[in-house]
Amino acid sequence: MELTGAEITIRCLQEEGVEYVFGYPGGAVLFIYDALFNQDKVKHILVRHEQAAVHAADGYSRSTDKVGVALVTSGPGATNAVTGIATAYMDSIPMVIISGQVGTSYIGEDAFQEVDTVGITRPCVKHNFLVKDVKDLASTLKKAFFLAKSGRPGPVLVDIPKDVSNHKTTFSYPETVSVRSYHPAKHGGADQVAQAVEMLLSAKRPVVYSGGGVIQSGAAKQLTELTRLLGFPITNTLMGLGGYPATDKQFLGMLGMHGTYEANLAMQNCDVLLAVGARFDDRVIGDVAHFGQVPRKIIHVDIDPSSIAKRVRVDVPIVGDVAHVLDDLLAALRASQRKPEVAAWWKQIEEWRSRNCLVYRNSDEVIKPQYVMEKLYEITGGEAFVTSDVGQHQMWAAQYYKFNEPRRWINSGGLGTMGFGLPAAMGVKLAHPDATVACVTGEGSIQMNIQELSTCKQFRLPIKIVALNNRYLGMVRQWQEFFHGNRYSESYMDALPDFVRLTEAFGHVGMRIEKPSDVESALKEAFARKNDLVFLDFQTDPTENVFPMVPGGKGLSEVILAEDL
Amino acid sequence: MRHIISLLMENEAGALSRVAGLFSARGYNIESLTVAPTEDPTLSRMTIVTSGSDAVIEQINKQLNKLVDVVTVLDLSDGEHLERELMLVKVCAKRADRDELTRLMDDFHGRIIDVSDNTYVVELTGSGEKLDGFLAAIDHSLILETVRTGASGIGCGERILRL
Repeated sequence: MELTGAEITIRCLQEEGVEYVFGYPGGAVLFIYDALFNQDKVKHILVRHEQAAVHAADGYSRSTDKVGVALVTSGPGATNAVTGIATAYMDSIPMVIISGQVGTSYIGEDAFQEVDTVGITRPCVKHNFLVKDVKDLASTLKKAFFLAKSGRPGPVLVDIPKDVSNHKTTFSYPETVSVRSYHPAKHGGADQVAQAVEMLLSAKRPVVYSGGGVIQSGAAKQLTELTRLLGFPITNTLMGLGGYPATDKQFLGMLGMHGTYEANLAMQNCDVLLAVGARFDDRVIGDVAHFGQVPRKIIHVDIDPSSIAKRVRVDVPIVGDVAHVLDDLLAALRASQRKPEVAAWWKQIEEWRSRNCLVYRNSDEVIKPQYVMEKLYEITGGEAFVTSDVGQHQMWAAQYYKFNEPRRWINSGGLGTMGFGLPAAMGVKLAHPDATVACVTGEGSIQMNIQELSTCKQFRLPIKIVALNNRYLGMVRQWQEFFHGNRYSESYMDALPDFVRLTEAFGHVGMRIEKPSDVESALKEAFARKNDLVFLDFQTDPTENVFPMVPGGKGLSEVILAEDL
Repeated sequence: MRHIISLLMENEAGALSRVAGLFSARGYNIESLTVAPTEDPTLSRMTIVTSGSDAVIEQINKQLNKLVDVVTVLDLSDGEHLERELMLVKVCAKRADRDELTRLMDDFHGRIIDVSDNTYVVELTGSGEKLDGFLAAIDHSLILETVRTGASGIGCGERILRL
């Protein structure tokens, strides 16, 4: 039977087992929306802005191991989606974005709502396609899902001109797919694995450092087993939190610009570093030259060869899927009788740990943001899915919420996209309808996609929004305090809305909390309201800063602690 | 250091801009870039002349390999290879200049491929240095226009770049 391009698009989504599509209709995708209307397998979530559609698909993907799908129209629909696509690209999140395009005969004529979507998105997608013939549509969508999910995952965009979505052809969904130019590695080289094992077993001051690759590869179990077997200290990047249980004794906390003292010093002073699915970025190791001052052997496991030796010299590069490589390492380590001697190193680490770098001075007068995060962790039993926006609140959530499982911590690490948290939480809540989902945000970030409170109403998504409202763009203010002579240029937000009434106007529940003594009861009440979206507007200390801090361009051991000031 | 990199990629719309975009986005140098379909019409072959430290060249090779449209990459500079570039030069060829131009053509193995009352178009093929040498040797006031293709490269002997 012949189907239209629009019908084929929806059939392909069904074949891929897509549960939700996040999108917004418009002229160029009318046929696709018509095809969506005539079926009930793929559910559509109507957002209020295309950026949110992509973030929601992203949150859905991050909290599961599935490909997130977004559907937007041509022109402004596509350009609005770009921030979401770039966010997913920087964090290697598997997604397929379907965009409408003006009809093929109009392309290049500056038609209404025409934009070169493939050109605009090229630098922020893993790959993209413009489908010019309906006969290529099914195979292109098949390729798109394959590319998005395999190798180093990432967003793939498929641009479908309006006439292509209305042309008919015979539909058959390809069972297999192969792209002759694309062969991601699975297993690492046997020689490198053997070298790595020898290096790990003879380490005196080892550290395991893992990132988002462990989460994406589904390798948390292997990472945990390996780290325990070796008895090594481990630290996670912001993207890697949950890859190793945060409440475990071997866990040193997050590292990097706002990482713990013990994690950063261990990273700086180790003699053997096992880097797993992490990429030594500037927010993690600070100044490369400073990091290089201490000689250490580096074993780097990553599926993307271009991540290896990009910023630091690597002694043992292992290109492969993290889960497979860790399996191979585990098998070799189990076969060995040797045990590394790391007692002296642990003694040193415990000394660093005893600085208790995350301690803060609580107050009876004003709500401390760290206190809210601690209570959030307690009251949700550490079991919540926590999304966040970007800024101080993001760092406090990362520092004080202990994630014991992967895919529970959902944040924009690479691109640092304010406005990510709420739409991402929508995707998470749809993927896990029975789970507790909290969105930690600030009064700046939440306003970047606050219109999604309307989507939450329509689709009954009882997310708990935990806003740390300090009346400042806090992280900007912190940098201005430290590095720009206290000149708070445009970091103060005057005329904030009344978030309680705003939330109520959207049909939800709002709470304003001003006293430290009310924090716990407010959180308890909010989380007890299983069926309501609750916006908790915590009026927090506007002067509070995030510590520890490794200033930009400095080395990991040049850290500022709260007690230093 | 200067490197000459050869690659095969899918002969599809947009493939060239993916490569060009990669170089500009990551701040890599492009000295020249040439591209044309191969004997297999589904494949294009590109030659890129670039420069950078060893670390940068390593990244360039990896990033090129990462592009989904790129089938295979060979850094020709890693081994023995040949480079050729084509240059067309339109020169002022008044009677008085013609002997000198003919002598230069002999020296550089060039060919005169178009003649008018006052101009020649000359064709030269060779390494970039040879073409530079020609431009240095000829009286500059005679040059009306030049066009160069950029280098094409191929490995020597058994070094073969194919699917």
